[in-house]
Amino acid sequence: MSNGKYKWIGTRVDRPDGADKVTGRARFGADFNLPGQLMGRVLRSPHAHAIIKSIDTSAAEKLPGVKAVMTAKDLPDQPNLIVPTGEMQVNMRDITRNILAREKALFEGHPVAAVAAVTDAIAKQAIDLIKVDYEVLPHVIDVTEAMKPDAPVLHDHLMTEGVKPPPTKASNIAKRMDNAKGDIEAGWKQAEVTIEREYTTQAVHQGYIEPHAALASAAEDGQLQIWSTTQGHFQVRGFCSRLLGVEVSQIRVTPTEIGGGFGGKTVVYLEPIAARLSQKSGKPVKMVMTREEVFRASGPAPGGTVKVKLGAKKDGTIVAAECEIALQAGAFPGSPLGPACWTSFACYDIPNIKVVGFDVVSNRAKVAAYRAPGAPISAWGVESTLDILAQELGMDPIELRLKNAAKKGTKTSYGPTFDTIGFVETLEAIKNSAHYKTKPKPGYARGVAAGFWFNVGADSSAAAHVAEDGTVTVISGNPDIGGSRASLALMAAEELGVDYSKVRPIIADTSSIGFNFVTGGSRVTFATGLAVVNSVRDMIRELKVRAAKTWGVDPEAVIWEDGMAKPAGSNVGEFEPLSLAQLAASAGKTGGPINGHAQLNAQGAGPGFGVHVVDLKVDHDTGCVHIDRYTAAQDVGTAIHPSYVEGQIQGGAVQGIGWALNEEYIYNAKGRLDNAGFLDYRMPVASDLPMIDALVVEVPNPHHPYGVRGVGEVPIVPPLAAVGNAVSRSMNIRMTDLPLSPPRLSAAIDAATPKIAAE
Amino acid sequence: MSKMHITTTINGEPTEFLCDPSQSLLDVLRDNLGLTGSKEGCGSGDCGACSITLDDRLVCSCLVLAPEAEGKKMETVEGLAQGEHLHPLQKKFVEFAALQCGICTPGFLVASKALLAKNPNPTETEVRFGLAGNLCRCTGYDKIIRAVMEVAAEMRGAAR
Repeated sequence: MSNGKYKWIGTRVDRPDGADKVTGRARFGADFNLPGQLMGRVLRSPHAHAIIKSIDTSAAEKLPGVKAVMTAKDLPDQPNLIVPTGEMQVNMRDITRNILAREKALFEGHPVAAVAAVTDAIAKQAIDLIKVDYEVLPHVIDVTEAMKPDAPVLHDHLMTEGVKPPPTKASNIAKRMDNAKGDIEAGWKQAEVTIEREYTTQAVHQGYIEPHAALASAAEDGQLQIWSTTQGHFQVRGFCSRLLGVEVSQIRVTPTEIGGGFGGKTVVYLEPIAARLSQKSGKPVKMVMTREEVFRASGPAPGGTVKVKLGAKKDGTIVAAECEIALQAGAFPGSPLGPACWTSFACYDIPNIKVVGFDVVSNRAKVAAYRAPGAPISAWGVESTLDILAQELGMDPIELRLKNAAKKGTKTSYGPTFDTIGFVETLEAIKNSAHYKTKPKPGYARGVAAGFWFNVGADSSAAAHVAEDGTVTVISGNPDIGGSRASLALMAAEELGVDYSKVRPIIADTSSIGFNFVTGGSRVTFATGLAVVNSVRDMIRELKVRAAKTWGVDPEAVIWEDGMAKPAGSNVGEFEPLSLAQLAASAGKTGGPINGHAQLNAQGAGPGFGVHVVDLKVDHDTGCVHIDRYTAAQDVGTAIHPSYVEGQIQGGAVQGIGWALNEEYIYNAKGRLDNAGFLDYRMPVASDLPMIDALVVEVPNPHHPYGVRGVGEVPIVPPLAAVGNAVSRSMNIRMTDLPLSPPRLSAAIDAATPKIAAE
Repeated sequence: MSKMHITTTINGEPTEFLCDPSQSLLDVLRDNLGLTGSKEGCGSGDCGACSITLDDRLVCSCLVLAPEAEGKKMETVEGLAQGEHLHPLQKKFVEFAALQCGICTPGFLVASKALLAKNPNPTETEVRFGLAGNLCRCTGYDKIIRAVMEVAAEMRGAAR
């Protein structure tokens, strides 16, 4: 990989946190404890929709061992103010109500009160002593139902944004979003073939194996320390500052090792509660969610409905494309509607596009980001419709996509024009793969689909320090969720020209490094990588100054090469190169410690494209799907650490397979979640799967010194339709509703089988 | 409720602890004994992050009551490495990038060791079914399966 252009980039080194993570030494969220800590617990609403008439905490407060009890009254109310978090927008008024219900409980599992006690057992007992007087209201779970005029309304103040004239009556439709390109009506007139279908998907959970956990310690002077398993400790700090009314610099948040997040740990749930309970009790407070709480009350990804219409010429040229998307936001506005709309047709160069989207609230847990938020849902609709078009035209599905593929210069429906992208190369990689060139085994069918994600830049800070022996510490501020420390150290070693083992990457707390936006959007290796490279360059600039001082020459006359300062040319003078270790040893005499710093708002994140192909068969008796072979190709820019790049592709593909085949939130008639556990919420296990072949395509991003593109999100976009297309082709029945679970497939097979006369 | 006094062996070390009769073995390991390598992902025996062996039998320690450990011998992830030397499975998991976030890793390592003890020459299918009680949400299992297969081959080679 990378054609031997680099010494360290593209190598498969051991990760810096490897030994800690295989020995049990690594400390995750629930592994942190403080002397004298209390245990906190949350009381949650049993109702999907109810007015909270009163809360009586007196009995809980009297229970021996209980040190603090809180309700929403213990947090100041918040203004109607939108702040960015991860890839979502959050309204402060809503977020304080999501953390603790105020006027109403809006979903089953909605926190209503919290306690801190000397033991977890007492805290649980205390929760049961809190009396809440509810007035139960009619609820609504389904998006389509929630959009109807007579649906129960969740928020009396919610007027649909983005419609003209502005509505005068509150509804559950928080927002309408439109984007377009060309002239859609003219496009339909050119079309020789038109395909139109409607699709649905269900809410799915990110499914990180580590439940949310937080430990907070408040001091009497207003200082607050928090340890939290989070994708963004600077966001935890920012949210807690607003929610508690504490100045930002008074709060210090240390990220623990994080046991998966996939977007779901970019928001706060427990941290402000633990912090307030700690303030009230004067003791550290630890809180850990149960798995059931994670399912009921932490953000799933939305389900939704997607209507797609495609118009094409008989040669496969797509001339018009229309899409209407309605997404579940959960109890508060803010589904990933923008990305769902913008990504819908981003893979293709289509002259006439119209996209309409709706953000809809209902009595479900507020959704959170999940790997390429929104994109898999629109891709499920668009890529399935493309497959129908390919069948209709008798075209190979890869050829159809190649014919319409977006390239450098293609203008998207949402505004930007693509710079260098690798979609064609990724399609070609699948077309030329051993998998695609081999026919599926007898009885198996093949499905293909593509996917797109913008990738994100945003704010990052980094520092590089030379130790007295010439080894280097690289400090950044993004929790490492899948091996980013290794990638950052590889880039630093490459830049500095030293051995990878001489560079130790550290993730600093919020008080020890400048601001870093969340680990999300596939931004860390790109944006924080760029900050690390710049901090090392800053350090090299200083190293050259020190060498110049040692030699008595101008700093401009010194170059940095292979980890050493060298004279720029023979006219500078005859000097032996100075190594990092030598310069470090003499630093005291040349100006003191040698450090580098960088801060930036990274622009030019290179978009990523993926193409997946799967061979599978459907058992007609059970409706079970057996996957025989799976190949995922993706343009990653440059694979800094190929193993972790492959790992992202494989892991994303399997999450997508789970989304396609089994995962769904199932609600009962009372609006309560019926499958809040890993037994009934069926995520893929090892025996469900074959090896996932990852084909790494490298079309470098021109806006990064090493060509990095984000990698993590794209791979979850294609699998839903890749699997769905294969299932539909296998059964010869077009499936439009996810998940393609055994009961659904059995029912579809039964419905299509001619009835045997009952004799 | 009075505490119970339990005598057991953990990773070869004779160990005594006091526990509530209703406490899970996982809670005792993590909260009473500071062995936080075993993780709680679900508390219902569905994810395998708390896998340990109890008298050489692979169990979810969240489903075992702590008093059941009386007189038994336990192995946890903390017992895999010997002094400065990682177990071959630990080494291979790092080398093959068989972990991303690492929360499921202790459970996978303990389960893999138990699997190879029972079946030193497993097929890929046997490894997949042998580890089907352990959830990993990051890797898609590919690199985990490869690492376990490779260690099985190496250990067979070394035993020859």
